Amino acid sequence: MKKTIPLLMVILGGLIFVTWAFSPHYYIQEVFYNQMYIPWIYASIGFAALLGVLSLTLMHTNKIKRRAPKWQYSYFFFASFIATALAGFIGGTQKGGLFMWMFENMQMPMSATMFSLLAFYMASAAYKAFRARSPEATVLLAAAIVVMLAQVPLGVKISRHLPTISQWILDVPNLASKRGIMLGVGLGSVATSLKILLGIERSYLGGGD
Amino acid sequence: MSFELFSNLVGAFFTLCIFSFLYKDNPFYQAAEQMLVGISLGYGLVFSYERVFIPYVFQTIVIKHQFILIIPAIMGIFYLFRFSRNLAWLSRYPIAFSMMTVGMGVPMGIHASILVQMRQAMVPIESVNLFLILLGTLAVLLYFFFSKAHTGVYGKFVNVGKWYMMIGFGASFGLTVMARISLLIGRIQFLVNDVFGILK
Repeated sequence: MKKTIPLLMVILGGLIFVTWAFSPHYYIQEVFYNQMYIPWIYASIGFAALLGVLSLTLMHTNKIKRRAPKWQYSYFFFASFIATALAGFIGGTQKGGLFMWMFENMQMPMSATMFSLLAFYMASAAYKAFRARSPEATVLLAAAIVVMLAQVPLGVKISRHLPTISQWILDVPNLASKRGIMLGVGLGSVATSLKILLGIERSYLGGGD
Repeated sequence: MSFELFSNLVGAFFTLCIFSFLYKDNPFYQAAEQMLVGISLGYGLVFSYERVFIPYVFQTIVIKHQFILIIPAIMGIFYLFRFSRNLAWLSRYPIAFSMMTVGMGVPMGIHASILVQMRQAMVPIESVNLFLILLGTLAVLLYFFFSKAHTGVYGKFVNVGKWYMMIGFGASFGLTVMARISLLIGRIQFLVNDVFGILK
């Protein structure tokens, strides 16, 4: 009941899905997939969002209770979360309301700035990689510099061939390496899926009984 | 003060709060970081409710009377038992239900990640570039094949794969840096044009 039935669900359901990928039969494509599985997964998946809310709420509540380092900032989390949720539930999600105003003038600027901060940290990472002075690091940095310069007007001013070289890097060695990695990832993911399907890999069920 | 200016000032304040981390970790950054998480979570919750719960749970069960969907709805509630010490095993049911799609992943994964890539790699070698792509793909694949020691001529060939990957990672790194820089330019343009431009 605790582990066997979920395991059987994955194995039997998984085998039905293998059939789904190969068979165009009405019962499997329409009755099983479109009429049963899709509405069922939509009806259950919404609650997974609540799991995320519960998880973060518990984490911050414990942080405040234990007076963990920087616990005061957890109040900012609760204040902003409650304000956004109330603005959405009471005021609605239409443009012009408080909910979208908070999204456009608080969430979007903060997340865009957070990602733009990475430009600085990537520059320092590149500097550290260059200091390593290994031939591999030098090749990595040279490829990066060529690709970056080719995207700005300065690159064309340095050499009019730079965009062509950059495109060649992207189309030939980059493609070959990505294809090799993609094939490896594909083989790995198929092997993992097969292990799950055959009941060998069970870590997704979690620990305990 | 116009509403637009007020909105831009709020955006500018939070932008500067995040940028302040470049100097050092400080209370403004910490507060803004937690607020970003809080607002994102609230946003996700409201949209999950409006776009998933209402049309696929409430409307289908209450309005369309498809009472069979009470079963997956209850199964969805089982997710929340993840935090219960005694009933955590119930959360395995919705997880198992969503994991059923791994069956779909086997044939589709073989098709998309393996067969299509192999087909594209095994085209007639009509140019130097096509030869270089095939050589690189084989070398990268063999680099991750650890059943044979990377020594001798084989080791040297496999090493070519490492060089290919370094160029590939460099290209990805360059493109990512440029994407981040374009975001940075966007933020600076916002501060200069939309905030200080209106304030002047």
